[in-house]
Amino acid sequence: MARVTIGKKHCTVNPLKMSPSIGAALAFLGVDNSMPLLHGSQGCTSFGLVLFVRHFREAIPMQTTAMSEVATVLGGLDNVEQALVNIASRTKPSLIGICTTGISEIKGDDLKGFLKLIRVNHPELDPIALVDVSTPDFEGAFQDGWASAVTRMIEELVEIPLREGTHSRRVNVLPGCHITAGDIEELRDIFESFSLDPVFLPDLSGSLDGHVPEEFTPTTLGGISVTQIQRMGSACWTVAIGEQMRGAAITLEHRTNVPYKLFDRLTGLAANDALMEFLSEIGGVPVPKKYRRQRSQLIDAMLDGHFYFGGKRVAIAAEPDLLSATSHWLHEMGCEIQVAVTTTSSPVLEKIPVEEVLLGDLEDLETRAMGADLIVTHSHGRQAAERLRIPLFHIGIPVFDRLGASQQLSVGYRGTRDMIFSVGNTFMNSAHEPTPETWMPPHQVPQDLVTLDLPQ
Amino acid sequence: MGTLGSKIQQVFNEPGCATNQAKPSTDRKKGCNKLLAPGAAAGGCAFDGAKIALQPITDVAHLIHGPINCEGHSWDGRGAKSSGSNLYRTSFTTAMSEQDIIFGGEKHLYRAIKEVVEKYDPPAVFVYQTCVPAMIGDDLEAVCKAAGKKLGKPVIPVNVPGFVGSKNLGNKLAGEALLDYVIGTEEPAETTLYDINIIGEYNLSGELWQVKPLLDELGIRILACISGDAKYHEVARSHRARAAMMVCSKAMINVARKMEERYGIPFFEGSFYGIGDMSEALRGISRLLVDRGAPAELLVRTEAVVTREEARAWQRIAPYKSRLSGKRALLFTGGVKSWSVVAALQEAGLAVIGTSVKKSTPDDKERIKEIMKDDAHMFDDLKPREMYAMLKEARADIMLSGGRTQFVALKAKMPWLDINQERHHAYAGYEGIVALVNEIDKALSNPIWEQIRKPAPWEFSAIQEMRSIHIA
Repeated sequence: MARVTIGKKHCTVNPLKMSPSIGAALAFLGVDNSMPLLHGSQGCTSFGLVLFVRHFREAIPMQTTAMSEVATVLGGLDNVEQALVNIASRTKPSLIGICTTGISEIKGDDLKGFLKLIRVNHPELDPIALVDVSTPDFEGAFQDGWASAVTRMIEELVEIPLREGTHSRRVNVLPGCHITAGDIEELRDIFESFSLDPVFLPDLSGSLDGHVPEEFTPTTLGGISVTQIQRMGSACWTVAIGEQMRGAAITLEHRTNVPYKLFDRLTGLAANDALMEFLSEIGGVPVPKKYRRQRSQLIDAMLDGHFYFGGKRVAIAAEPDLLSATSHWLHEMGCEIQVAVTTTSSPVLEKIPVEEVLLGDLEDLETRAMGADLIVTHSHGRQAAERLRIPLFHIGIPVFDRLGASQQLSVGYRGTRDMIFSVGNTFMNSAHEPTPETWMPPHQVPQDLVTLDLPQ
Repeated sequence: MGTLGSKIQQVFNEPGCATNQAKPSTDRKKGCNKLLAPGAAAGGCAFDGAKIALQPITDVAHLIHGPINCEGHSWDGRGAKSSGSNLYRTSFTTAMSEQDIIFGGEKHLYRAIKEVVEKYDPPAVFVYQTCVPAMIGDDLEAVCKAAGKKLGKPVIPVNVPGFVGSKNLGNKLAGEALLDYVIGTEEPAETTLYDINIIGEYNLSGELWQVKPLLDELGIRILACISGDAKYHEVARSHRARAAMMVCSKAMINVARKMEERYGIPFFEGSFYGIGDMSEALRGISRLLVDRGAPAELLVRTEAVVTREEARAWQRIAPYKSRLSGKRALLFTGGVKSWSVVAALQEAGLAVIGTSVKKSTPDDKERIKEIMKDDAHMFDDLKPREMYAMLKEARADIMLSGGRTQFVALKAKMPWLDINQERHHAYAGYEGIVALVNEIDKALSNPIWEQIRKPAPWEFSAIQEMRSIHIA
């Protein structure tokens, strides 16, 4: 049981956290032909957009209500209205996801009221789904925004089934924001192997998997369609991945009576055994040969890899669900979690196999990571890793100094196996060759060999 | 906000800006802040612009007072390089919470400044105001003043809430902060007749270092670069320079102009991009220094360096000319970079078939017209869809632009080169132009283009099949 503590610093140094508004925006980017719209100053959008461009290496459709100082004081109705009309005429999206920011929240703009009024005045917006979500920058973190956006899409779009029209093979999947496009592709394969028909909300594998479309598109290049979202009530099950998606799954269940099953993680042997067992049960199909083989490959990878993982100390900083999934898995491979830093509160934190989980920043990680064998966090951990001369393994968002972030696989037997290979290789690369001084008693070590790598 | 409001008015009404002065007096105060279209806007806010302009000062702590949105998504993102301290790459923010919104963020800000000073002991702390604390009425200037007094350190308020305007306005407000609180607050240990300031150069990818060796050779000392690879004390002492060069078009013209006004430092506008521009820059610097009393032999030595370096650069570019001549380039970038890069590309034999002039001043546009002659296609605002069509239809061979439009080119399976701030290569000076030409050559001659443009075999055979049916 971990103790969850909140950092007492007044100044955040090297932030780990990102704002819920762009978490929500990313969720909307998993819907086909959609356009996220941040209701705030243009910088709010621009910073988030650049971050996603660098991470995904893709064009990112994302707009702003471009609030000026005057508009902020007077209220944002005009700006929201103009933005919606402009987006509709320029890009003809199926959905516009409107996320608030600190500015619009403090002003107290009544977005729901705005949308009602705008709908009345602009029938040309009728074919476009409008979903608003409250994502103040000063509350919660990225994964909270993502989860809220998914919940709001369910509330606004999913039709309440009028009669028993259940699709016996249809499964709704609600992936947390730590599930990559590559992970979704893997999960789709797995579900389909059990003769199930999964729809993912959001589905980044359609929009941000990195592919070359035939035509120019000013909105998202793919993802779940609005129609598919509307029909989610006809599924037989909902599978939520990551504790962050529990709220959305419950909302969907209340609305449609579709029961849900939550997997708090899908990295590791036992976690995937549970998934296979569940899918076999609801699909009425035995676990396919392919996955029996993959399970055996994973076990082999664990056997080969455990030499390099056993006793290693790891410093991790990530959002709660990603932190939890990665920490549990590393722990299962024999690592010791030396430090765990996260961004926002979550019930999964106290179950993480570490003494303390700190709500903090990357400075906290750096000051506690001394002597660790590996740092695991997003690209902003690079400075700490360099200063401490500890290798960095990239997870989460943003990853801007590596290729293929959106295809990094960590779910399923195969994803877990690949994680063992990549992390294991990092451990192998950083193994120190022994020298005559390696086993020297401390008083005999020549002074010039003692290098101090203390951070400030 | 009263003071900020008047500051913005003042910045807009810039006597050093020809564009502004050409306007009727009633319009001058409105400045160049274009009204943004909600839902159809692109680009950063004033805070973004201020950070771009000041963050290259390497040894100070840059502390952002605002919620996580402002700093959490963008820190350590730009390629300004340092020859010394790396503190500018450490991110400091108050990451305001709901508590701050309710009770006000001033105490939190003060404690944050104190913490930064105690932990990192920088020569100064730059504190950036953002929208949310501006809305709730946090008095940035007052907190900075109190903190500076109590902690015995310069604490510089940079009052740039994003919603006051664009990036360009932010650049200028950042300059105002330097003028009001930094420049002229310290004295250099010694001065020479060869001391200059370079204003508006950010040392992205180390570009200043492509220029500096030549200045060193001429015995010209950069007293301060504002702000690339700058140290706080250098900027504070920069008022003792003999001359200045203003680099990035009009972004920091207020700094150059006011330093001339206050300290009598003459300046000229120039660019380090392209062979001709680089030579003009060296000549311009020397000329101003000589005007201010440096021995005239500096001009002779400058000519010698220019002649030698131009010859060397041409010689290094020559092998590419045959490879690149006739290739058509589309150029999308802002301001000064347009005309200076156009000239550079032409030197390498490329035909520039179009360029954006969105951020360019009428002056810049005139220069582009001059350089590009009849074939000048200037786009004010080319929509990505049109850009894509141009590339897809192969009306250009390569696009040079910033990261935002990177994927418009790449998805059209067209070579693309980053020439904006996020780029990883340095293109300044004689060295830089050779590097740019080399990068263009690498991009154009990469073997992937031929492979990826070929249809998949099944698509190909489908076409064949259709043809054979047709023939039959």
